[in-house]
Amino acid sequence: MASLKMLRMRINSVKSTRKITQAMKMVAAAKLRRAQSQAEAARPYAERMERMLASLGAAVASSPDAPPLLVGTGRDQVHLLVVMTADRGLAGAFNSGVGRFARARVRALEAEGKTVKILSIGRKGAVYLKREFASRFVGEVSFQGKKTVEFADAAEVVAKISAMLEAGEFDVCTLIYNRFKSVISQIPSEQRLIPAPLPEVQEEAKAGPQAVYEYEPSEEEILAALLPQNLGVQVYRAILENSAGFYGAQMNAMDNATRNAGEMINKLTLNYNRTRQANITKELIEIISGAEAV
Amino acid sequence: MAGTFQLELVSPARLLLSRPVEMAVIPAAEGEMGVLPGHAPMIVALRGGVISVTEGGQVTEHLFVNGGFAEITPERVTVLADDATPVANLSKAAAATALAQAEAGMVDLQSSTPEKRDQAMVALLSAQAMVATAEAP
Repeated sequence: MASLKMLRMRINSVKSTRKITQAMKMVAAAKLRRAQSQAEAARPYAERMERMLASLGAAVASSPDAPPLLVGTGRDQVHLLVVMTADRGLAGAFNSGVGRFARARVRALEAEGKTVKILSIGRKGAVYLKREFASRFVGEVSFQGKKTVEFADAAEVVAKISAMLEAGEFDVCTLIYNRFKSVISQIPSEQRLIPAPLPEVQEEAKAGPQAVYEYEPSEEEILAALLPQNLGVQVYRAILENSAGFYGAQMNAMDNATRNAGEMINKLTLNYNRTRQANITKELIEIISGAEAV
Repeated sequence: MAGTFQLELVSPARLLLSRPVEMAVIPAAEGEMGVLPGHAPMIVALRGGVISVTEGGQVTEHLFVNGGFAEITPERVTVLADDATPVANLSKAAAATALAQAEAGMVDLQSSTPEKRDQAMVALLSAQAMVATAEAP
Protein backbone atom coordinates (compact mmCIF):
# COMPACT_ATOMS: atom_id res chain seq x y z
CA MET A 1 0.00 0.00 0.00
CA ALA A 2 1.16 3.51 -0.85
CA SER A 3 2.52 5.51 2.00
CA LEU A 4 0.59 8.40 3.51
CA LYS A 5 3.00 10.93 2.13
CA MET A 6 2.67 9.58 -1.40
CA LEU A 7 -1.10 9.72 -1.18
CA ARG A 8 -1.00 13.29 0.08
CA MET A 9 1.18 14.27 -2.84
CA ARG A 10 -1.11 12.64 -5.34
CA ILE A 11 -4.17 14.34 -3.88
CA ASN A 12 -2.44 17.69 -4.13
CA SER A 13 -1.41 17.12 -7.70
CA VAL A 14 -4.93 16.11 -8.75
CA LYS A 15 -6.28 19.16 -6.95
CA SER A 16 -4.07 21.51 -8.91
CA THR A 17 -5.02 19.75 -12.14
CA ARG A 18 -8.64 20.35 -11.25
CA LYS A 19 -7.95 24.03 -10.72
CA ILE A 20 -6.41 24.28 -14.16
CA THR A 21 -9.21 22.45 -15.94
CA GLN A 22 -11.77 24.53 -14.11
CA ALA A 23 -10.09 27.73 -15.21
CA MET A 24 -9.87 26.48 -18.77
CA LYS A 25 -13.55 25.70 -18.71
CA MET A 26 -14.38 29.24 -17.62
CA VAL A 27 -12.18 30.72 -20.32
CA ALA A 28 -13.71 28.46 -22.97
CA ALA A 29 -17.20 29.43 -21.85
CA ALA A 30 -16.42 33.13 -22.18
CA LYS A 31 -14.81 32.67 -25.58
CA LEU A 32 -17.68 30.49 -26.70
CA ARG A 33 -20.12 33.29 -26.05
CA ARG A 34 -18.03 35.68 -28.12
CA ALA A 35 -17.57 33.20 -30.95
CA GLN A 36 -21.26 32.42 -30.99
CA SER A 37 -22.30 36.05 -31.20
CA GLN A 38 -19.78 36.61 -33.98
CA ALA A 39 -21.21 33.64 -35.86
CA GLU A 40 -24.71 34.97 -35.42
CA ALA A 41 -23.73 38.45 -36.58
CA ALA A 42 -22.35 36.98 -39.78
CA ARG A 43 -25.50 35.06 -40.58
CA PRO A 44 -27.64 37.83 -42.18
CA TYR A 45 -24.96 38.60 -44.75
CA ALA A 46 -24.61 34.96 -45.70
CA GLU A 47 -28.36 34.54 -46.03
CA ARG A 48 -28.79 37.57 -48.26
CA MET A 49 -25.82 36.59 -50.33
CA GLU A 50 -27.35 33.19 -50.87
CA ARG A 51 -30.65 34.71 -51.96
CA MET A 52 -28.95 37.04 -54.40
CA LEU A 53 -26.76 34.31 -55.82
CA ALA A 54 -29.66 31.94 -56.25
CA SER A 55 -31.53 34.40 -58.47
CA LEU A 56 -28.40 35.31 -60.38
CA GLY A 57 -26.80 31.90 -60.62
CA ALA A 58 -29.86 30.13 -62.00
CA ALA A 59 -29.87 32.50 -64.95
CA VAL A 60 -26.21 32.08 -65.81
CA ALA A 61 -25.41 28.50 -64.84
CA SER A 62 -26.94 27.04 -67.99
CA SER A 63 -24.93 29.17 -70.40
CA PRO A 64 -21.79 27.51 -71.78
CA ASP A 65 -19.33 30.21 -70.73
CA ALA A 66 -20.39 30.31 -67.09
CA PRO A 67 -17.51 31.15 -64.76
CA PRO A 68 -15.64 28.12 -63.36
CA LEU A 69 -16.16 29.32 -59.78
CA LEU A 70 -19.86 28.62 -60.31
CA VAL A 71 -19.91 25.46 -62.40
CA GLY A 72 -16.43 24.03 -61.84
CA THR A 73 -14.29 22.73 -64.66
CA GLY A 74 -16.84 20.20 -65.81
CA ARG A 75 -14.63 17.30 -64.74
CA ASP A 76 -14.60 15.29 -61.57
CA GLN A 77 -11.06 13.99 -61.34
CA VAL A 78 -9.05 16.04 -58.88
CA HIS A 79 -10.65 16.79 -55.53
CA LEU A 80 -9.46 19.50 -53.20
CA LEU A 81 -10.46 18.96 -49.60
CA VAL A 82 -10.30 21.99 -47.35
CA VAL A 83 -10.09 20.53 -43.86
CA MET A 84 -10.84 22.87 -41.03
CA THR A 85 -9.75 22.16 -37.45
CA ALA A 86 -8.70 24.10 -34.40
CA ASP A 87 -5.21 25.33 -33.63
CA ARG A 88 -5.21 23.92 -30.16
CA GLY A 89 -6.11 20.67 -28.52
CA LEU A 90 -7.65 19.73 -25.18
CA ALA A 91 -11.09 19.75 -26.69
CA GLY A 92 -12.18 16.15 -26.53
CA ALA A 93 -12.85 14.50 -29.86
CA PHE A 94 -13.21 17.81 -31.70
CA ASN A 95 -10.11 17.61 -33.84
CA SER A 96 -9.89 13.87 -34.21
CA GLY A 97 -13.56 13.76 -35.26
CA VAL A 98 -12.89 15.96 -38.26
CA GLY A 99 -9.63 14.14 -38.88
CA ARG A 100 -11.33 10.77 -39.00
CA PHE A 101 -14.06 12.10 -41.25
CA ALA A 102 -11.50 13.61 -43.63
CA ARG A 103 -9.47 10.41 -43.66
CA ALA A 104 -12.53 8.36 -44.56
CA ARG A 105 -13.31 10.80 -47.40
CA VAL A 106 -9.78 10.66 -48.75
CA ARG A 107 -9.83 6.86 -48.69
CA ALA A 108 -13.24 6.71 -50.39
CA LEU A 109 -12.20 9.15 -53.12
CA GLU A 110 -8.95 7.39 -53.78
CA ALA A 111 -10.70 4.05 -53.94
CA GLU A 112 -12.74 5.53 -56.79
CA GLY A 113 -9.51 6.40 -58.54
CA LYS A 114 -9.68 10.17 -57.97
CA THR A 115 -6.75 12.36 -57.08
CA VAL A 116 -7.00 14.08 -53.73
CA LYS A 117 -5.35 17.28 -52.57
CA ILE A 118 -5.59 18.63 -49.06
CA LEU A 119 -5.56 22.22 -47.87
CA SER A 120 -5.69 22.36 -44.13
CA ILE A 121 -6.88 25.24 -42.02
CA GLY A 122 -5.84 24.98 -38.40
CA ARG A 123 -2.75 23.37 -36.97
CA LYS A 124 -4.19 20.28 -35.33
CA GLY A 125 -5.78 18.86 -38.44
CA ALA A 126 -2.58 19.37 -40.37
CA VAL A 127 -0.64 17.41 -37.78
CA TYR A 128 -3.21 14.64 -37.73
CA LEU A 129 -3.54 14.20 -41.48
CA LYS A 130 0.12 14.66 -42.30
CA ARG A 131 0.97 11.41 -40.63
CA GLU A 132 -0.82 9.55 -43.37
CA PHE A 133 -1.37 11.89 -46.29
CA ALA A 134 1.69 14.15 -46.27
CA SER A 135 2.13 13.74 -50.02
CA ARG A 136 -1.33 15.15 -50.74
CA PHE A 137 -0.80 18.40 -48.87
CA VAL A 138 -0.90 21.52 -50.99
CA GLY A 139 -1.11 24.14 -48.30
CA GLU A 140 -1.64 25.01 -44.69
CA VAL A 141 -3.29 28.00 -43.11
CA SER A 142 -3.29 28.70 -39.42
CA PHE A 143 -4.96 31.46 -37.47
CA GLN A 144 -2.89 30.80 -34.41
CA GLY A 145 -2.21 33.85 -32.32
CA LYS A 146 -5.15 35.80 -33.70
CA LYS A 147 -7.77 36.90 -31.26
CA THR A 148 -10.68 37.06 -33.65
CA VAL A 149 -10.89 35.87 -37.21
CA GLU A 150 -11.85 38.66 -39.60
CA PHE A 151 -13.47 38.40 -42.98
CA ALA A 152 -10.15 39.36 -44.55
CA ASP A 153 -8.63 36.13 -43.23
CA ALA A 154 -11.28 34.11 -45.00
CA ALA A 155 -10.67 36.16 -48.15
CA GLU A 156 -7.03 35.10 -47.99
CA VAL A 157 -8.01 31.44 -48.02
CA VAL A 158 -10.37 32.06 -50.91
CA ALA A 159 -7.67 33.84 -52.90
CA LYS A 160 -5.56 30.72 -52.52
CA ILE A 161 -8.38 28.45 -53.61
CA SER A 162 -9.33 30.50 -56.65
CA ALA A 163 -5.70 30.82 -57.71
CA MET A 164 -5.50 27.04 -57.68
CA LEU A 165 -8.72 26.77 -59.67
CA GLU A 166 -7.42 29.17 -62.30
CA ALA A 167 -4.26 27.13 -62.57
CA GLY A 168 -6.44 24.08 -63.14
CA GLU A 169 -5.10 22.26 -60.12
CA PHE A 170 -8.42 20.78 -59.06
CA ASP A 171 -11.94 20.18 -60.32
CA VAL A 172 -14.08 19.89 -57.22
CA CYS A 173 -13.57 21.69 -53.93
CA THR A 174 -15.12 20.46 -50.72
CA LEU A 175 -14.98 21.99 -47.29
CA ILE A 176 -14.81 19.70 -44.25
CA TYR A 177 -15.49 21.28 -40.90
CA ASN A 178 -17.29 20.82 -37.61
CA ARG A 179 -20.85 22.04 -37.88
CA PHE A 180 -21.92 23.73 -34.68
CA LYS A 181 -25.14 22.01 -33.75
CA SER A 182 -25.12 22.89 -30.10
CA VAL A 183 -22.64 23.50 -27.34
CA ILE A 184 -22.35 19.80 -26.63
CA SER A 185 -22.57 18.48 -30.14
CA GLN A 186 -20.47 19.30 -33.19
CA ILE A 187 -20.92 17.26 -36.29
CA PRO A 188 -18.10 16.78 -38.76
CA SER A 189 -19.69 17.57 -42.10
CA GLU A 190 -18.78 18.47 -45.63
CA GLN A 191 -19.93 21.22 -47.91
CA ARG A 192 -19.21 21.55 -51.60
CA LEU A 193 -17.80 24.93 -52.57
CA ILE A 194 -16.98 24.46 -56.25
CA PRO A 195 -19.05 23.89 -58.30
CA ALA A 196 -21.42 26.00 -56.24
CA PRO A 197 -24.49 24.05 -55.17
CA LEU A 198 -27.50 25.99 -56.41
CA PRO A 199 -30.89 25.44 -54.83
CA GLU A 200 -32.42 25.30 -58.29
CA VAL A 201 -35.60 23.32 -57.91
CA GLN A 202 -37.17 25.39 -55.15
CA GLU A 203 -35.84 28.60 -56.57
CA GLU A 204 -37.55 28.24 -59.91
CA ALA A 205 -40.90 27.82 -58.26
CA LYS A 206 -40.40 30.73 -55.90
CA ALA A 207 -38.64 33.15 -58.20
CA GLY A 208 -41.38 33.05 -60.84
CA PRO A 209 -42.91 36.51 -60.52
CA GLN A 210 -39.79 38.48 -59.54
CA ALA A 211 -37.15 36.68 -61.55
CA VAL A 212 -36.56 39.49 -64.02
CA TYR A 213 -33.74 41.60 -62.65
CA GLU A 214 -31.88 44.31 -64.43
CA TYR A 215 -28.16 44.26 -63.97
CA GLU A 216 -25.75 47.12 -63.77
CA PRO A 217 -23.06 46.63 -64.97
CA SER A 218 -23.57 43.39 -66.89
CA GLU A 219 -24.71 40.10 -65.41
CA GLU A 220 -21.32 38.49 -65.98
CA GLU A 221 -19.40 41.28 -64.34
CA ILE A 222 -21.53 41.19 -61.23
CA LEU A 223 -21.32 37.44 -61.04
CA ALA A 224 -17.55 37.58 -61.45
CA ALA A 225 -17.36 39.84 -58.41
CA LEU A 226 -20.09 38.12 -56.45
CA LEU A 227 -18.75 34.58 -56.66
CA PRO A 228 -15.43 35.07 -54.87
CA GLN A 229 -17.29 37.10 -52.28
CA ASN A 230 -19.75 34.27 -51.82
CA LEU A 231 -16.95 31.77 -51.46
CA GLY A 232 -15.40 34.04 -48.85
CA VAL A 233 -18.66 34.16 -46.95
CA GLN A 234 -18.97 30.38 -46.97
CA VAL A 235 -15.43 29.95 -45.69
CA TYR A 236 -15.86 32.73 -43.15
CA ARG A 237 -19.03 31.14 -41.85
CA ALA A 238 -17.35 27.76 -41.58
CA ILE A 239 -14.41 29.30 -39.74
CA LEU A 240 -16.73 30.98 -37.26
CA GLU A 241 -18.80 27.85 -36.72
CA ASN A 242 -15.63 25.90 -36.32
CA SER A 243 -14.28 28.20 -33.66
CA ALA A 244 -17.60 28.31 -31.81
CA GLY A 245 -17.67 24.52 -31.95
CA PHE A 246 -14.12 24.32 -30.70
CA TYR A 247 -14.85 26.36 -27.61
CA GLY A 248 -18.01 24.34 -27.02
CA ALA A 249 -16.08 21.11 -27.24
CA GLN A 250 -13.32 22.45 -25.07
CA MET A 251 -15.74 23.64 -22.45
CA ASN A 252 -17.31 20.22 -22.40
CA ALA A 253 -14.03 18.37 -22.25
CA MET A 254 -12.80 20.56 -19.42
CA ASP A 255 -16.06 20.14 -17.55
CA ASN A 256 -15.64 16.38 -17.74
CA ALA A 257 -12.02 16.61 -16.70
CA THR A 258 -12.96 18.73 -13.68
CA ARG A 259 -15.61 16.24 -12.68
CA ASN A 260 -13.26 13.30 -13.08
CA ALA A 261 -10.62 15.06 -11.04
CA GLY A 262 -13.21 15.57 -8.29
CA GLU A 263 -14.06 11.88 -8.31
CA MET A 264 -10.41 10.98 -8.23
CA ILE A 265 -9.84 13.26 -5.26
CA ASN A 266 -12.70 11.62 -3.38
CA LYS A 267 -11.31 8.16 -4.03
CA LEU A 268 -7.82 9.14 -3.03
CA THR A 269 -9.05 10.85 0.11
CA LEU A 270 -10.96 7.73 1.10
CA ASN A 271 -7.88 5.67 0.47
CA TYR A 272 -5.77 8.11 2.46
CA ASN A 273 -8.11 8.01 5.44
CA ARG A 274 -8.26 4.20 5.38
CA THR A 275 -4.50 3.95 5.32
CA ARG A 276 -4.17 6.44 8.14
CA GLN A 277 -6.74 4.49 10.23
CA ALA A 278 -4.99 1.20 9.48
CA ASN A 279 -1.71 2.68 10.69
CA ILE A 280 -3.29 3.88 13.93
CA THR A 281 -4.91 0.51 14.52
CA LYS A 282 -1.62 -1.23 13.88
CA GLU A 283 0.18 0.99 16.36
CA LEU A 284 -2.53 0.44 18.96
CA ILE A 285 -2.27 -3.33 18.56
CA GLU A 286 1.47 -3.10 18.97
CA ILE A 287 1.15 -1.02 22.14
CA ILE A 288 -1.54 -3.24 23.63
CA SER A 289 0.23 -6.50 22.86
CA GLY A 290 3.45 -4.97 24.24
CA ALA A 291 1.65 -4.04 27.47
CA GLU A 292 0.10 -7.51 27.77
CA ALA A 293 3.47 -9.17 27.40
CA VAL A 294 4.88 -7.23 30.34
CA MET B 1 -44.10 61.19 -49.73
CA ALA B 2 -45.31 57.92 -51.02
CA GLY B 3 -44.75 55.01 -48.69
CA THR B 4 -41.55 53.39 -47.59
CA PHE B 5 -39.46 50.37 -48.40
CA GLN B 6 -37.29 48.13 -46.29
CA LEU B 7 -33.59 49.01 -46.41
CA GLU B 8 -31.14 46.43 -45.21
CA LEU B 9 -27.44 47.10 -44.96
CA VAL B 10 -25.27 44.14 -44.07
CA SER B 11 -21.53 43.62 -43.95
CA PRO B 12 -19.87 40.23 -43.40
CA ALA B 13 -19.33 41.13 -39.76
CA ARG B 14 -22.84 42.29 -38.89
CA LEU B 15 -26.24 43.64 -39.79
CA LEU B 16 -25.89 47.41 -39.75
CA LEU B 17 -29.30 48.66 -40.69
CA SER B 18 -32.70 47.16 -41.25
CA ARG B 19 -35.67 49.50 -41.24
CA PRO B 20 -38.23 51.11 -43.51
CA VAL B 21 -37.00 54.27 -45.23
CA GLU B 22 -38.40 56.64 -47.84
CA MET B 23 -35.43 57.00 -50.10
CA ALA B 24 -31.86 55.80 -50.31
CA VAL B 25 -29.08 57.12 -52.51
CA ILE B 26 -26.72 54.33 -53.46
CA PRO B 27 -23.25 54.73 -55.01
CA ALA B 28 -23.70 52.27 -57.88
CA ALA B 29 -20.73 51.40 -60.04
CA GLU B 30 -22.03 53.52 -62.92
CA GLY B 31 -23.25 56.53 -60.99
CA GLU B 32 -25.28 57.46 -57.96
CA MET B 33 -28.73 56.00 -57.83
CA GLY B 34 -31.69 57.31 -55.90
CA VAL B 35 -34.05 54.49 -54.97
CA LEU B 36 -37.69 55.11 -54.13
CA PRO B 37 -40.36 52.55 -53.21
CA GLY B 38 -41.57 50.53 -56.18
CA HIS B 39 -38.23 50.58 -58.01
CA ALA B 40 -37.82 48.01 -60.78
CA PRO B 41 -35.92 44.91 -59.68
CA MET B 42 -32.18 45.38 -60.15
CA ILE B 43 -28.90 43.98 -59.00
CA VAL B 44 -26.10 46.52 -59.05
CA ALA B 45 -22.46 46.54 -58.11
CA LEU B 46 -21.33 49.34 -55.80
CA ARG B 47 -18.22 51.47 -55.81
CA GLY B 48 -16.77 53.19 -52.78
CA GLY B 49 -19.09 55.98 -51.72
CA VAL B 50 -21.75 57.22 -49.37
CA ILE B 51 -25.22 55.79 -48.89
CA SER B 52 -27.66 58.48 -47.82
CA VAL B 53 -30.88 57.47 -46.15
CA THR B 54 -33.97 59.66 -46.22
CA GLU B 55 -36.71 59.28 -43.64
CA GLY B 56 -39.60 61.67 -43.00
CA GLY B 57 -38.45 63.99 -45.77
CA GLN B 58 -34.99 64.46 -44.24
CA VAL B 59 -31.66 62.85 -44.80
CA THR B 60 -31.07 61.04 -41.52
CA GLU B 61 -27.99 58.95 -42.10
CA HIS B 62 -24.80 58.83 -44.14
CA LEU B 63 -22.86 55.61 -44.33
CA PHE B 64 -19.64 55.04 -46.20
CA VAL B 65 -19.32 51.70 -48.01
CA ASN B 66 -16.22 50.58 -49.88
CA GLY B 67 -17.80 48.41 -52.50
CA GLY B 68 -20.25 45.55 -52.57
CA PHE B 69 -23.62 44.81 -54.15
CA ALA B 70 -27.20 45.90 -53.84
CA GLU B 71 -30.32 43.96 -54.65
CA ILE B 72 -33.30 46.17 -55.38
CA THR B 73 -36.88 44.94 -55.49
CA PRO B 74 -40.06 47.05 -55.37
CA GLU B 75 -40.48 46.54 -51.65
CA ARG B 76 -36.96 45.92 -50.42
CA VAL B 77 -33.35 47.01 -50.92
CA THR B 78 -30.55 44.82 -49.65
CA VAL B 79 -27.06 46.26 -49.64
CA LEU B 80 -24.26 43.74 -49.23
CA ALA B 81 -21.33 45.98 -48.37
CA ASP B 82 -17.75 44.76 -48.11
CA ASP B 83 -17.37 47.10 -45.19
CA ALA B 84 -19.49 49.96 -43.95
CA THR B 85 -18.93 52.82 -41.51
CA PRO B 86 -21.15 55.72 -40.54
CA VAL B 87 -19.57 58.84 -42.02
CA ALA B 88 -19.38 60.47 -38.59
CA ASN B 89 -17.07 57.66 -37.42
CA LEU B 90 -14.78 57.86 -40.41
CA SER B 91 -11.32 59.03 -39.43
CA LYS B 92 -8.98 60.89 -41.72
CA ALA B 93 -6.08 58.77 -40.54
CA ALA B 94 -7.79 55.51 -41.48
CA ALA B 95 -8.73 56.93 -44.85
CA ALA B 96 -5.17 58.08 -45.46
CA THR B 97 -3.87 54.61 -44.59
CA ALA B 98 -6.31 52.99 -46.99
CA LEU B 99 -5.24 55.39 -49.72
CA ALA B 100 -1.56 54.74 -49.11
CA GLN B 101 -2.19 50.99 -49.31
CA ALA B 102 -4.17 51.31 -52.51
CA GLU B 103 -1.45 53.46 -54.07
CA ALA B 104 1.18 50.93 -53.07
CA GLY B 105 -0.91 48.31 -54.85
CA MET B 106 -0.79 50.37 -58.04
CA VAL B 107 3.01 50.39 -58.31
CA ASP B 108 3.90 47.11 -60.03
CA LEU B 109 0.95 46.72 -62.33
CA GLN B 110 2.67 46.87 -65.68
CA SER B 111 3.46 43.17 -65.57
CA SER B 112 0.23 41.87 -64.07
CA THR B 113 -3.08 40.79 -65.57
CA PRO B 114 -5.88 43.16 -66.61
CA GLU B 115 -8.10 41.78 -63.82
CA LYS B 116 -5.51 42.63 -61.19
CA ARG B 117 -5.19 46.10 -62.65
CA ASP B 118 -8.95 46.55 -62.49
CA GLN B 119 -9.05 45.41 -58.89
CA ALA B 120 -6.28 47.79 -57.88
CA MET B 121 -8.03 50.62 -59.69
CA VAL B 122 -11.28 49.91 -57.88
CA ALA B 123 -9.47 49.80 -54.55
CA LEU B 124 -7.75 53.10 -55.30
CA LEU B 125 -10.98 54.83 -56.31
CA SER B 126 -12.68 53.52 -53.19
CA ALA B 127 -9.86 54.80 -51.00
CA GLN B 128 -9.98 58.18 -52.72
CA ALA B 129 -13.71 58.39 -52.10
CA MET B 130 -13.06 57.48 -48.46
CA VAL B 131 -10.53 60.29 -48.08
CA ALA B 132 -12.85 62.79 -49.75
CA THR B 133 -15.70 61.74 -47.48
CA ALA B 134 -13.58 61.90 -44.36
CA GLU B 135 -12.29 65.36 -45.19
CA ALA B 136 -15.64 66.88 -46.07
CA PRO B 137 -17.07 68.86 -43.15
